[in-house]
Amino acid sequence: MSTYMLEMKNITKRFPGVLALNNVTFSVKKGEIHCLVGENGAGKSTLMKILSGVYPHGQFEGSIIFDGNEAKFSHIHDSEKAGIGIIYQELALVPEMMIYENILLGHEIQKGIQIDIPEMIKKTEQLLEMVHLSVKPTEKIKELGIGKQQLVEIAKALSRKAKLLILDEPTAALNENDCENLLNIIRELKSQGVTCIMISHKLKEVMAIADTITVLRDGQTICTLDKKEATEQLLIKHMVGRSIENIYPTRTQKPTNETVLEIKNWSGIDSKTGRKILQNISLTINKGEIVGLAGLVGSGRTELARSIFGNPDGYIVSGKVIANGKAHQFTHPHEAIKNGIAYASEDRKKNGLILIQSIKDNILLANLKKISSTIGIIKSEEEIVQANEYVKSLTIKTPSIEQFVLNLSGGNQQKVSIAKWLFVEPKILILDEPTRGIDVGAKFEIYTLMNRLVAQGMSILMISSELPEVLGMSDRVYVVAGGKITGELTRQEATQERVMELATL
Amino acid sequence: MIIEDFKAVIKKNIRDYAMYIALVFIMIIFSILTGGNFMSSRNIANLLNQTGYIAVLATGMTLIIVIRHIDLSVGFLSGFLGAITAILLTQFHVAVWLAIPIVLALGVVCGLITGLPVALLGIPAFVSSLAGWLVYRGALMLSTAATGTIIIPNESFNALGNGFIPDLFSWIPFLPQYHKTTLLIGLLTICVFILSEMRSRSRKMQYNFAVLTKPLFLLKILFITLIITYITFILAGYNGLSWTFVIMMVVVIVYDFIARKTMLGRHIFAVGGNPEAAELSGINVKKITLFVFGSMGFLSALSGILFTARLKSATPQAGTLFELDAIAACYIGGVSASGGIGSITGSLIGALVYMSLMNGMNLMGTDISMQYIIRGLVLVGAVIFDVVSRKRKA
Repeated sequence: MSTYMLEMKNITKRFPGVLALNNVTFSVKKGEIHCLVGENGAGKSTLMKILSGVYPHGQFEGSIIFDGNEAKFSHIHDSEKAGIGIIYQELALVPEMMIYENILLGHEIQKGIQIDIPEMIKKTEQLLEMVHLSVKPTEKIKELGIGKQQLVEIAKALSRKAKLLILDEPTAALNENDCENLLNIIRELKSQGVTCIMISHKLKEVMAIADTITVLRDGQTICTLDKKEATEQLLIKHMVGRSIENIYPTRTQKPTNETVLEIKNWSGIDSKTGRKILQNISLTINKGEIVGLAGLVGSGRTELARSIFGNPDGYIVSGKVIANGKAHQFTHPHEAIKNGIAYASEDRKKNGLILIQSIKDNILLANLKKISSTIGIIKSEEEIVQANEYVKSLTIKTPSIEQFVLNLSGGNQQKVSIAKWLFVEPKILILDEPTRGIDVGAKFEIYTLMNRLVAQGMSILMISSELPEVLGMSDRVYVVAGGKITGELTRQEATQERVMELATL
Repeated sequence: MIIEDFKAVIKKNIRDYAMYIALVFIMIIFSILTGGNFMSSRNIANLLNQTGYIAVLATGMTLIIVIRHIDLSVGFLSGFLGAITAILLTQFHVAVWLAIPIVLALGVVCGLITGLPVALLGIPAFVSSLAGWLVYRGALMLSTAATGTIIIPNESFNALGNGFIPDLFSWIPFLPQYHKTTLLIGLLTICVFILSEMRSRSRKMQYNFAVLTKPLFLLKILFITLIITYITFILAGYNGLSWTFVIMMVVVIVYDFIARKTMLGRHIFAVGGNPEAAELSGINVKKITLFVFGSMGFLSALSGILFTARLKSATPQAGTLFELDAIAACYIGGVSASGGIGSITGSLIGALVYMSLMNGMNLMGTDISMQYIIRGLVLVGAVIFDVVSRKRKA
């Protein structure tokens, strides 16, 4: 018997236009807690999706040996059967169902053709005891806090006889007590022989629990360290490692000192969950300036942008938004747009573009007034002329402006999304992950465009998970963590290590 | 060469042309099966009048389905508002010119009431309009309870459902057996059609859009001109255009214009295509939703007026199942069940296909139970075709 529970060898995974994993090798010893760290987009989640069969065998290169046998999972059921339990950040529980129903979902115990409820409850009680959760199995999931739900998820994985437990950022949404509790339970499971892979952004936590740590960066394995050799500083260095190459076009013009947008003591509460998502945020943006908003996924960056941009999620907000010298209380994106603020959303497919409509219709949508008569009749000539102009100036590659956005590459879709917001002629453009999922060439074009826009006097607030991009493009950087601004850095002060430190506070 | 181009165009736009092909196919089949009765002047005039009140509903329903909702209340709402019209005319002796706007305004209010919980609270439109279905059914029964069927003796009102436009040129001796105003309208339609097609083609060429090759373009013009001419002569050979047909066409033309050429229309289709993106683009999704439901109420009222005028009376059963006929017409006409895609003209053709089936089967004396079964199969067949052809395209 080998000492390894899992060996993933030479894994390569391509997405259209992107090499997500490049020859990754990842080995986990039996009975250890193995942490997987890396920046956003380093390939951690992709690797775990390959392991759990979400990306089936045959859609990637390389081999997986699990518990001594070569694994060829073609569905998540296969990996589950083999003994891999995966717990995602987004919990996969049914809120309206009871704990025991959730834990044994799809694996109900039967007596004849009937479900044996007493037996199921009994089994659930045993499982809950393993994770030290003292609640009744008949309670509904929605009655539990997020920390307890996490434990239910673990119990569920244990009920499937998981030999290998994968936890994807299990503590991201937990408070400190719950975190500590969870880590203890993971340690206990280890003593019972369960092997565990944990993805985490919180390096303190990683240092506290890991036996071994693997760092991924840009889809490659950088190193696998023993706990004894690792320090937080060393990990950060490996995570951000690359030097900034010359992929950022040089700026010719300096920003002015004229403030165009000021946010003062801005706080927000999610009215659905009652969670505080933004706390006392203050920031300024000057004319002709690119301001970077760095932070890890879930830190509150997008929530901040959306709450400023007319607050479409209905957060309970307080504080001030001062745009162009006047205080505003926007209640709909429409009002923000009217006052010169535009927001190109993070997920262009989900809430940025209308995929089943043409390039032309998408570009013009947010400012149809510009091409319409006073009573709202669209001038057919005008719309074609305008759309063509934006397609040309942003070099969107398409045979015609009548092409559906659905059929464009990611880079061109992103350009359409930006073109749409340039068409409203904003003073302040908020770009949320402007280069997510697009190739290097298209990235360069978008950076060049951003420089051109600020040179023309526009101001840009760029939210990005890619540190090099934030550092390469921004005049100033704000770092967000846990809904708070944890630091403001000038271009000179901002180093990857410094930003990462502030973001993992 | 032409044939190959033709095949390529058909293949590429199979979804757009399929309904027209289906309609022609149905008409030919029924003409053969009924020994020519189906395409007689009298029957075509009758078919168009039957289609009228369903097409008016389908027009409003198209926008409702485009923004990802449904309205089940429209059938009994039109029945109820028809009854209100009858009561206004016979019991309160309101003049026709006043009664109609009152009822149309009432329709808008009823539509808004259905739409309010949907737009403001996010209640599923199915539930909200199902409640409307029940309420308006009750209201219809209540309003006809005392009198039973309400006969309307007013001839100018009844003309909306039965009458024909006057022939202004009957004194010209040329073509004595034809309705000459109708011929003139047909001729004008052909002229407008040819001119606008040519203009749009030259503009598209100017901007390097894909256009039909010249021979195919001429073939298309010729084909559609022939069809309009044929229908014009059929109608002119009977009593000419009916008021119902004229009203239906005005509704279709106005709504088609709104849908394609105005800001409002673009906003409606944006909300249907991606509500989140629309909201972030500064479109007020709530307002759009309310508008679309309000317009549905307006058209329900119009449909109710047309149907009541056609029967020359309001009955306690008026409007039964209209909502489902209108929804079926939309789906047959290519409106996507997942929203964002559809056209007013498509739904008009859908309504024609659907009503042709009913009309043809009635002429043949097909058993009513078989009629329902065949209508069901056609509906599901059309939607399956729609989904499959869309998938292949993508």
